[in-house]
Amino acid sequence: MESTFHIPTAAEMLANGETPDLLFWVGCAGSFDERAQRITRDICKILNHVGIKYAILGTEEGCTGDPAKRAGNEFVFQMQAMMNIQILEGYAIKKIVTACPHCFNTIKNEYPNLGGHFEVIHHTQLIQSLIDEGKLRPADGHAFQGKRITYHDPCYLGRANEVYEAPRKVLETLDADLIELKRCKSNGLCCGAGGAQMFKEPEPGNKDINMERTEDIIASKASIVAAACPFCMTMLRDGVKLKEKEAEIQVLDIAEITARANKL
Amino acid sequence: MISQVIFFCLLIFALLFFAKNAGRIYRNIKLGKAENRSDRPTERLKIMTLVAFGQKKMFKKPLPALLHLFVYVGFCIINIEMLEIVIDGVFGTHRVFSFMGSFYNFLIFAFEWLALAVLLSCAVFFVRRNMLHIYRFGGRELLKWPKTDANIILITEILLMAAFLGMNAADYKLQMLGHAPYHLAGAFPVSQYLAIILPDSAQTLVAIERACWWFHIVGVLAFLNYLPLSKHLHILLAFPNTYFSKLAPKGKFENMPSVTAEVKAMLDPTLPAPTAEISRFGVKDVQDLTWKNLLDAYTCTECGRCTAACPANITGKLLSPRKIMMDTRDRLEEVGINIDKNKVFQEDNKSLIDDYITREEIWACTTCNACVEQCPVNINPLEIIMGLRQYAIMEESKGPASVTAMFTNLENNGAPWKYAQADRANWTNT
Repeated sequence: MESTFHIPTAAEMLANGETPDLLFWVGCAGSFDERAQRITRDICKILNHVGIKYAILGTEEGCTGDPAKRAGNEFVFQMQAMMNIQILEGYAIKKIVTACPHCFNTIKNEYPNLGGHFEVIHHTQLIQSLIDEGKLRPADGHAFQGKRITYHDPCYLGRANEVYEAPRKVLETLDADLIELKRCKSNGLCCGAGGAQMFKEPEPGNKDINMERTEDIIASKASIVAAACPFCMTMLRDGVKLKEKEAEIQVLDIAEITARANKL
Repeated sequence: MISQVIFFCLLIFALLFFAKNAGRIYRNIKLGKAENRSDRPTERLKIMTLVAFGQKKMFKKPLPALLHLFVYVGFCIINIEMLEIVIDGVFGTHRVFSFMGSFYNFLIFAFEWLALAVLLSCAVFFVRRNMLHIYRFGGRELLKWPKTDANIILITEILLMAAFLGMNAADYKLQMLGHAPYHLAGAFPVSQYLAIILPDSAQTLVAIERACWWFHIVGVLAFLNYLPLSKHLHILLAFPNTYFSKLAPKGKFENMPSVTAEVKAMLDPTLPAPTAEISRFGVKDVQDLTWKNLLDAYTCTECGRCTAACPANITGKLLSPRKIMMDTRDRLEEVGINIDKNKVFQEDNKSLIDDYITREEIWACTTCNACVEQCPVNINPLEIIMGLRQYAIMEESKGPASVTAMFTNLENNGAPWKYAQADRANWTNT
């Protein structure tokens, strides 16, 4: 699927003597993971639709260092962080939006101490504010009307930063049948990928964490589970697949739901 | 007179012994690294008031919260009764506060109901812990001593409350008999029914009243000195521990300043390399933890709400955040004994990592903060797990192979996966 619009980089903007009002921090998953790329494109569609002057860093972006830090490698984390801060400051970036709660948490909480002061929001928060401003509203007869939808809280958005309402706001506009999982909000259950688990095999146990979480989703009888993190997306999709529930349960990011409901 | 002397000696001895043990614990906590947790006092007071005094986080689980509230309020208020017992004991008076008249009657009335509530709550706790199969009471770390410890506490509280009510029952009956010095004082909504089963002889009643009185006060003094050896220490440490809570968002993990200096020197060759000797990266043993981590360990009451919410534990992995806290306390006690014996710490070829906490445990953590969220007294097991990971990676270069490969990818490509930096924006033209 080719983008019908141009996605500007900060470097291009600078060449034209401009600075973006908002930098879209794509993140490694959003850049390289095929499934997450679809979320990335939908965020660009939303940004384009509402006419925000945004840019990405493109090839200049590097991992925030979150997986290194949570795995105990402070050196690699700080190297990544300082290089990123230099680049962001080079483009005079003030405000950042990101689709990854891990990037969001790291830039928001751990960069300031290293000299990187940016206003960081998660894409669900951006979407919430766009809904509040009336710039996004579901089109008539959108795909989610009457659907049974639930939401899985990512740890690094929810418990770690107490963002619980913004993603739910999106679902509330849909005129759908919303349900909460047995474990939700501050009591939410991890998808199993945080703390660098995404990059290693789980320790031996009775089952994998994403299967435990998938059971919560199956028990909720939802046909759509909304995610807000590319890691959760991978883990939940794997879980649904292994439980052979792909025909019944769809995993969609809040950005994808927004883009579809607004027919973007 | 002789009983006054015995009482006074007992009281002084109990208090001195407690002070000595409290001092030892304070010394052990001070073995931790410095950390400033005294900023924003108003916010801290508010957290302490809500979480420790107000039991806010307990109410995530309403039934145990309510029972715990009875025990807690009962404990706090019965201390007023304790004050009377101590004064009576030292000066040989009887019910010295009874001059307050109807207010005194009200106090005794309230204490009686509270004592009954404490007794019944502890009985329910005992049944829950030993007979019902509640997930958080089943961890392997609770076998042996911790299980006994919990039961000792519950049985002691039941006995202390029974003694309190028994004392009142005998007193009430003696008051009815007009037996000096048992003058009319107090209201006995619970123990008046207990009095029915007591014998009618004044001598026997006096013996029962005195025996219960002594059992109660000696029990309380003994219990005071049991605290430093037990998980029950939370009744005291919950207050400072919540006051010194982490105020930053849960997702914020502190950056290591020693690393910052080195990384800056690496990125900018014009900067001089830091000269100061770095003692250690991460946590190998308890002395590498902060004093707050150590205070956490002493505050932990092993309730297991952390473990019951831990995704790794729920799915059968070895990690239990409660065990992390218990191991830290056990190792700290061991280090403390070592210091007591040798004046300074003598190397014992043991450490928190490996001898107490295994690698498998620390690598099973998803850093999801569920344990931190659940703890009713704001303990943070995650900081300890992270410290141990930092030691394993930065001091020993020992970690899961896939994790080390991920570091290499980050260093070479700026992404945790093996994709070229140049391909990072390919999604824009697919």
